[in-house]
Amino acid sequence: MIAYLLRRLGTSIVVLIGVSIFIFLLLHAIYPSPARDVLGLGAKPVAVAAWNKDNGYDDPVVVQYLRYMNQLLHGNLGYSYAENQTVVALFRERVARSAYLSGISLVIAVLIALPLGIFQAVKRNSIGDNVATSAAFILYSMPSFFLGLILIQVLAISFPIFSFEASQSLNVFVVMGDWNAMTLPILTLALITVASFSRYMRSSSMDVLAQDYIKVSRAKGLPERLVLWRHLVRNASLPMVTLIGLSLPALLAGNLITEQLFNFQGLGLLFFESLQKVDYPVMLAYTLAGALLVVVGNLIADIALTIADPRIRLA
Amino acid sequence: MTMPPADVERAAPLGPEGGNLGTVQSGWRLALREFVSNRLAVIGFAMLIFFVLFSFVGPLIYHTDQLDTNLTLANLPPSGAHLLGTDGDGFDELGRMMKGGQAALEIGFFAAAVAIVIGALWGAVSGLAGGIVDSVMMRVVDVFLSVPFLFVVLILAVKFGASVLSLSLVIGFFAWQVPARLVRGEVLTLRERDFVLAARTAGATPWRLISRHLLPNALGVVIVNVTFQVADAILAVSYVGFLGFGLHFPNVDWGDQLSGGAEYLQDGYWWLIYPVGACIVLTVMALNFIGDALRDSMDVRLRRR
Repeated sequence: MIAYLLRRLGTSIVVLIGVSIFIFLLLHAIYPSPARDVLGLGAKPVAVAAWNKDNGYDDPVVVQYLRYMNQLLHGNLGYSYAENQTVVALFRERVARSAYLSGISLVIAVLIALPLGIFQAVKRNSIGDNVATSAAFILYSMPSFFLGLILIQVLAISFPIFSFEASQSLNVFVVMGDWNAMTLPILTLALITVASFSRYMRSSSMDVLAQDYIKVSRAKGLPERLVLWRHLVRNASLPMVTLIGLSLPALLAGNLITEQLFNFQGLGLLFFESLQKVDYPVMLAYTLAGALLVVVGNLIADIALTIADPRIRLA
Repeated sequence: MTMPPADVERAAPLGPEGGNLGTVQSGWRLALREFVSNRLAVIGFAMLIFFVLFSFVGPLIYHTDQLDTNLTLANLPPSGAHLLGTDGDGFDELGRMMKGGQAALEIGFFAAAVAIVIGALWGAVSGLAGGIVDSVMMRVVDVFLSVPFLFVVLILAVKFGASVLSLSLVIGFFAWQVPARLVRGEVLTLRERDFVLAARTAGATPWRLISRHLLPNALGVVIVNVTFQVADAILAVSYVGFLGFGLHFPNVDWGDQLSGGAEYLQDGYWWLIYPVGACIVLTVMALNFIGDALRDSMDVRLRRR
């Protein structure tokens, strides 16, 4: 198992290096130097060239990439000339808020999808199953901003229960306590996730229900409650471990839309603003963070599954 | 290619699987039969046809002015003159939805085509070559799979401006990894088969092997993937449009329209939000229905091998 984990870690690092090179080259190609942002649009070419030389922007791209990576490993993600702050400072300000939004949405999504999928598999083709399947199909095809708009319409305008704007507090603990403002953004992200999770959960539960050990435990007279808890839930939840790992990047993308829709000052909104202000250092760092989450999510999913599933662990 | 006589065709037994299906019924025909017998597939297909007609034939029947803004006509509720009312610039909303539908479908299908062509060739070459070439090509796929798709599409849309062509190319260029993996998987089994060996013995070049023998036989997995690719591309365009980096005037996309309508949410101008939202959901759902059904029916074809 150790050998497998090491090999898995090795490929992750290779992929991570590959994707960082790709993203760096791509953004470098479309935005070679921030000179004109610093010196102004009217700067003379000589001045631009001198600034580039002073700040290392005329070095070969390989050197620039290695320098960026070196800085990154030392905790420096560059400087945002549009915001006049270091990118790290901008991220530090917002990362807790985004992590809270993603994290709690993910937890809620799992808490809904897990029992829902099991219920659907046990009561297959019942009215409840059909309603849930249809709802999942619709939500699965729905862009998150449209779901968010519907939720705002129903729960903030028609029946003004919740606020249609997310909490504006800079203190993440205040944000956590502000359910009135945070319910709708969390619900938007969670429901979209439930749609795909519950479908997987339903089909994995159906697979488990068809297994011999379920038949055996029923045949030996185990109460149905114990059959479901001891045998079904634990086995059927295994794919969930993978799904949670794979959904980390999707949550980040979902944050982008949700934060923009509800005006929540997180990383997604920062990226959105960097697109509007053409602020490449922020774009680069955010995209790299996204790639990191993809790779790490995959890795965590594989490792967690190895730990959770003795068939893999002992193989 | 000669087709079997029609009467033999009809005489063949129609068992769902196993049994004597005879040699006359091709796997494709069986797949088609399975597809048509799936209710959701037929509904999905009908919905897709509807949206194609709605977007491309609709404007020929329902004439609207989508070029000149007219603020005296802004935000009118649905009426006889404007079946779904008008938006904030005075454009007819129904006509605008048709225009948005053209963009969504064009980008969706074109991006899927780009992704499938790159992916199928990449996967076929990788699977056929094997060894170190295969490993390297598959690591490249891993790298591309780790690129956060939406972020890069947004960055490129900001830099190069969004048009039907540019969005299709960008989305397609970052969506070919899954078909590449699928085709490679198929090719890995196909290349050991006798007909490939025969073609090799006959001196077929690698390109001929790929284009004449491997890709046509890997078509099943590709076709299933196309529908999901189109659905994903349409969703991606709607996200780009909603965030305000979508197509430029006079073109419009559904996401862009919806974000325009969202500004009037509190005014209760429902016709600017729900019809266009429904268009996105129903089109994507139709494609997902078709894709699910195709996957099931291809399973039937594959089971028969």
